[in-house]
Amino acid sequence: MNALITQDVTKRYANHTALDQVSITIPEKTIYGLLGPNGAGKTTLIRIINQIINKDEGKIEIFGEPLQEKHVGMIGYLPEERGLYKKMKVGEQLLYLAQLKGLSRKQAMERLKVWLEKFEIKDWWGKKVEDLSKGMAQKVQFISTVMHEPRLIILDEPFSGFDPVNAQLITEKILELKENGSTIIFSTHRMETVESLCDHIALINKSKKILEGPKKQVKAQYKSNTFLVEHRGNNFMFPADRYELIKQEPLEENLFSSTLKTREGIKGNQVIRDLIDITEVHSFQEKVPSMADIFISLVKGEGDEALKKHLQEA
Amino acid sequence: MNKIWLIIQREFLSRVQKKSFLIATILVPLIFPAIIGGAVYIMIKEAETAQPDRLQVLDESGRFKLESNKRFIVVPVTGPIENAKKVYSETEDFGLLYIPSTDVNDPKGITIYTKESQSVEKIGRIETMLNDIVKDAKMERYNVDKETLKDIRNTNIDFSQINLSATGEEKSSNTMILYGLGMTLGILIYMFVLIYGIQIMQGVIDEKTSKIVEVIVSSVKPFQLMLGKIIGIASVGLLQFTIWIILISVVSTTVLGYFGLKMPQQQAMEQVAEQMQDEDAKEAMSEQTKAPAAQFVNSLSQIPFTKIALVFLFYFLGGYLLYGALFAAVGSAVDSQQEAQQFQFPVTIPLLIGYMGLFMFVVRDPHGPVSFWLSVIPFTSPVAMVGRIAFDVPGWQLALSMLLLVGGFLLTTWIAGRIYRVGILMTGTKVSYKVLAKWFMLKG
Repeated sequence: MNALITQDVTKRYANHTALDQVSITIPEKTIYGLLGPNGAGKTTLIRIINQIINKDEGKIEIFGEPLQEKHVGMIGYLPEERGLYKKMKVGEQLLYLAQLKGLSRKQAMERLKVWLEKFEIKDWWGKKVEDLSKGMAQKVQFISTVMHEPRLIILDEPFSGFDPVNAQLITEKILELKENGSTIIFSTHRMETVESLCDHIALINKSKKILEGPKKQVKAQYKSNTFLVEHRGNNFMFPADRYELIKQEPLEENLFSSTLKTREGIKGNQVIRDLIDITEVHSFQEKVPSMADIFISLVKGEGDEALKKHLQEA
Repeated sequence: MNKIWLIIQREFLSRVQKKSFLIATILVPLIFPAIIGGAVYIMIKEAETAQPDRLQVLDESGRFKLESNKRFIVVPVTGPIENAKKVYSETEDFGLLYIPSTDVNDPKGITIYTKESQSVEKIGRIETMLNDIVKDAKMERYNVDKETLKDIRNTNIDFSQINLSATGEEKSSNTMILYGLGMTLGILIYMFVLIYGIQIMQGVIDEKTSKIVEVIVSSVKPFQLMLGKIIGIASVGLLQFTIWIILISVVSTTVLGYFGLKMPQQQAMEQVAEQMQDEDAKEAMSEQTKAPAAQFVNSLSQIPFTKIALVFLFYFLGGYLLYGALFAAVGSAVDSQQEAQQFQFPVTIPLLIGYMGLFMFVVRDPHGPVSFWLSVIPFTSPVAMVGRIAFDVPGWQLALSMLLLVGGFLLTTWIAGRIYRVGILMTGTKVSYKVLAKWFMLKG
């Protein structure tokens, strides 16, 4: 089943269109990266899913049902701009937020104990938020997002404000939540997060979705049949019917690094076979585009050819 | 509904549990009686211990026979005036009164020399003393004898006002009491709306600047949040107000009891009881002894306190809800307290008009056309109507005013809700009235 489907969702403001017929499909139990530059419309889409604002057109389905008010309890939302009641105590605050999501006070109390234990912050119960450090407050806010065990968790830049140790802790918790069956939407600019955590991605630019799919597939799609080879000597020619030499740089002691583009359909093993006959191969590697490369080229609006060129040269 | 209840609870508890709430709730009812009591105490003490002032008098006309009294000891001095001034400046006396040789029927050039500026009250007393002497002289000239004079001076008419209702029932009314009552109730509503309205605005701004609002509106509708906040703060206000009334009653009863006095209501009750016990005694009572105090109590007992209390409560809440929603909208539109000023002003203006109208029209002429309109238009009616209510407002006017107030707060809540839902999510926008109008028009 799909956790969330949006179909041609459109949102217009007086002077601009914030979302233009955006359709995405988020499979259940995945980590889904929602990417895009600032102002692309990610936050608008997230707010619409959270029913904070209404869409003008389009349909949204959550776990097979049209999105309605009763679904707010199924969603956990960590906005990019973090915020808690400063004068309120940690325990009271978390109980309040969980109850707003539909838990009874008793349920909320039980869950809260478990979570405070998990994060080893049981003694923060009576502390006011204004007395916590930024990182501590972030932990509290993360708990408030997941405490009601939402089936869909939306995290907007979840790692900002965390030191590496706590970022690691949060990563573990996110993976644990996925294990337990939650679906997670990540909105982020941090490509290393996308590389390491996301299963699916969608790229939104200028109010439109311009790319979507499983991460592996997306990467394969932008694979440019380019290989990087280190070899000894350069007084030979690559077979011109199969290879195009894009770049060659001398390294030390008669070693050279060559970037080769192969003809369509030639796999890595074939390349090695061809090369062994003509030179002494020191290293061999297929150039796979990183998410950052794909992101940058697409957002810069380069055409397919230019994009591939960019990816080859990267 | 359940979620609004949660919000109300939080808004209520987070305020009531603050130390500042406890302090304000307990101290305010103690501070006012303390200040008044203190002032009264000092006045009494001063009156008791006050020494008469020594007043040097240089009377060159020889016609002003000033006599020493409780306030002044008259010390005749001799001239010429230059000399007298020099002598006076070496004494500790209150002042030197110089009466040149002048016609007692049309005195000119009377001067008082003092060392520093003296109170208007004391100078006025001296003037009165001189005036009396001149008047006496004039009376004598017209052959009015002393007894007649005394009788004229002691004129004090007994004047009472009775309202004849349609049913022919007679109600004595003491306009001064109604005046005071109307004024007090009007001021209370004005203060309540302003103080708690600003608290709503502050609460909204806090939620917006701390960014918690985005988390909250992902769980509840913005309108629910706004309504919960308004109702929550209203309950804080009602609680505080109730405690104040109870504390003030207890404190003043205790204090008055200490001085051997009684609360007006108690007096009225006892009076009624007494009257019922012996009708004959009442008959026997001469008009003279029944006079002012009894009349005062009598008119108090005829004021419909229950009705006034209910009407007060209605306008108290109605006015608060009407303005509360507007204050919430103002809070949602801005990013800081300072920025709020420019929008806060137009919201408070109608309230201020009601407040000033209370002083200028309502209590002076409760049934005049201005008072009527002020007490019917929803923006001014909370203050103006409670100012009028003690003066027997016709039923249809009260009904019209209440109806319009209910309509008024539904309207402002609707308008405010539309601005609020957009405003709370907008930070860093430069807000003008045009922008507010745009937010209001924004669909869904």
